[in-house]
Amino acid sequence: MRNKIAILVSSIVFALSSTQAVKSESITLGWAAWDPANALVELSKDFTAQTGIEVNFEFVPWPNFADRMLNELNNKGKTFDLLIGDSQWIGGGATYGHYVKLNDFFDKEGISMNDFSDATVYAYSTWPKGSENYYALPAMGDALAWAYRKDWFDRPELNSEFKAKHGYDLGVPENWDQLYDMCTFFQGREIDGQVRYGAAINTERGSEGITMGVTAAMYAWGMQYENPSKPYDMEGYFNAPNVVEALEFYKKMYEDCAPPGHSDAYMVANLDAYKSGQVAFQMNWYAFWPGVSKEDADGRVTGFFANPSQKVSAATLGGQGISVVNYSDKKDLALQYIKWFAQPDVQQKWWDLGGYSCHKDVLGSPDFVNSAVYAQGFLDSMGIVKDFWQEPTFVELMLPMQEHVHDYVVNGKGSAKEALDKIIEEWVEVFEADGKL
Amino acid sequence: MKNKIIHKAKGLSDRAVAWIFITPTLLLLLAINIYPLIYAISMSFTNFYANKLGKEIKWVGLKNYAKILGKEAIWERMQITASFMFWTLLLQAIIGLSLALLLNKKFKGNELLTTLIVLPMMLSPAVVGVFWTYLYNPQVGLFNYIVNFFYDFGSFDMIGSSTLAPWAIVIVDTWMWTPFTMLICLAGLRSIPNYLYEAAEVDRANRLQQFIYITLPSVLPFLLLALLFRGIENFKMFDMVVELTSGGPGSATELASIQLKREAFEKWKTGYSSAYAVILFVTIFGFGNVYVKVMNKIKDR
Repeated sequence: MRNKIAILVSSIVFALSSTQAVKSESITLGWAAWDPANALVELSKDFTAQTGIEVNFEFVPWPNFADRMLNELNNKGKTFDLLIGDSQWIGGGATYGHYVKLNDFFDKEGISMNDFSDATVYAYSTWPKGSENYYALPAMGDALAWAYRKDWFDRPELNSEFKAKHGYDLGVPENWDQLYDMCTFFQGREIDGQVRYGAAINTERGSEGITMGVTAAMYAWGMQYENPSKPYDMEGYFNAPNVVEALEFYKKMYEDCAPPGHSDAYMVANLDAYKSGQVAFQMNWYAFWPGVSKEDADGRVTGFFANPSQKVSAATLGGQGISVVNYSDKKDLALQYIKWFAQPDVQQKWWDLGGYSCHKDVLGSPDFVNSAVYAQGFLDSMGIVKDFWQEPTFVELMLPMQEHVHDYVVNGKGSAKEALDKIIEEWVEVFEADGKL
Repeated sequence: MKNKIIHKAKGLSDRAVAWIFITPTLLLLLAINIYPLIYAISMSFTNFYANKLGKEIKWVGLKNYAKILGKEAIWERMQITASFMFWTLLLQAIIGLSLALLLNKKFKGNELLTTLIVLPMMLSPAVVGVFWTYLYNPQVGLFNYIVNFFYDFGSFDMIGSSTLAPWAIVIVDTWMWTPFTMLICLAGLRSIPNYLYEAAEVDRANRLQQFIYITLPSVLPFLLLALLFRGIENFKMFDMVVELTSGGPGSATELASIQLKREAFEKWKTGYSSAYAVILFVTIFGFGNVYVKVMNKIKDR
């Protein structure tokens, strides 16, 4: 009997200690549930093979991503050791101490931020902006861009009809005016027995959708959030005539070019509208282009282009850096992952698998531009990206923008200027409460 | 020891024993209900942000309340909520009672039909929200197809139009919850003793008179109770509407509870949103109390 008990006890102790061993050798990474996340799972197998550290993943669908992750950080949760958090979170991550500052680690391991594209380091890693305080390693470069039905554009009868009407060829639009011409050309047009529409653009109300769409136009019209020489001074900048014009233009795009019922649409809805052959153009993130490109079949040929310019060249920034969560018990293992991830050959494989590397070795390699049809567009875009506020209060800033822009563009309430004025009014309140004004 | 306890317990009055029995429940209630309420009320007088833990919490007095009650956007949300409640309750009362009257007749397949009608109520509101977005789709939606089948309105977008979206949520809620009012009304109808109708017939009351003087007064307390439940539920309606419209277009269907959630758990303005929650609580509590008083009066009659 005593023997049996001894065996039982020792086996329990063994079981506990072995699970302990497994546990200490695993980390959990949080990100959004989308195509690149699958590529990361694939890539991370190499890390596990090399180090024996298991990587668990928790991917949250985009509409709930910010809610879920920011809740976790605010509650000092230990669920995640690594977080690929959205670019706008960096201010809060740094200010509220959610993210580990990585400067010492980078110095110790010889990881140089000069090896990564400058725009991505600025956007994904630094806080305060432009300083040399790093809270993330650029993980996934991304920007808002456009895909179009190249197979339709290449049809001679469509091209000649378009040219007769507008005086230039159907092709990659050089500016938003041309984009509008082309979208309206396809709006309601019957092609191969099916009614088609112009463009699937971002109009989502709940999270960040319409903001991420409308800013693509605003940036191209040269919008500035604030006075460059007087931070947080927004009057006369964010509601300047060019921004008003951009917002009015986006409303026109929604009314004249979007498919019916496209009033609450973001990434997935745009992909669906394009996939089902409804639209000639879709606005979306580079992250989806490998998937879109792969799905070309039954005569569909997709072309890609960077956000068209209007008054200036600019694109809405997407993408994320990878950060170590300050509340994690396994920061050392998480840092090991970052060290591994920063290596040029891993970065190259990351791009090959469908992730968007920000490493200069990858982006600068002679083969890069020819490695995918959207590669050149990606390079062009990453040079001109602009982001929404990255302030710690960015959600408070995002919500009024979502509300008033949606109210104007989709709901048709008030004027563009009124919408922008209301947004500034609420932003001033936020900055005042935050002690910045 | 055991004897000692028994001896002691024997010496207790009935009142004391009752207190001993209800104390655990009372403590639990205090801990999970009353304490958070008091805590929320106390927070509503501060500028507390739950995501800015290092920030000093300042006492701001009635500033949050003044800000909320002076804000046009909040009143707009209140109006949206009130109109949503008014129309859903009205439609659910009329349709629910009518269905109950029809199902109260004895006919073949009565039970099966009741079960079928009750089905929408059993679905999760979030699921209902998602699949109605498909039904409302202007291109392939069944709802639009059926409407246009009877009268061709052309292409219309229930969710994207500011005039139609408030109706879109009213229709879905009515579709989902009318069975609830129907069930309760049905229970009321079945509880009316038959002899009342027999007596009425002896008095030569016609069908309409029977309905007005017997059926309606007997079923009214049941209907009012069902509407009380529905009213409280719809005042805090969230999931179905969020899935269906996200409060859009713009803020045309942003009910008070959706706005409160955004203030509290997206913007993390904890102090401000506590004040907002207290205002909503007082509103529904006040309405509820008045309603119950009226309901009891009707019952007594």
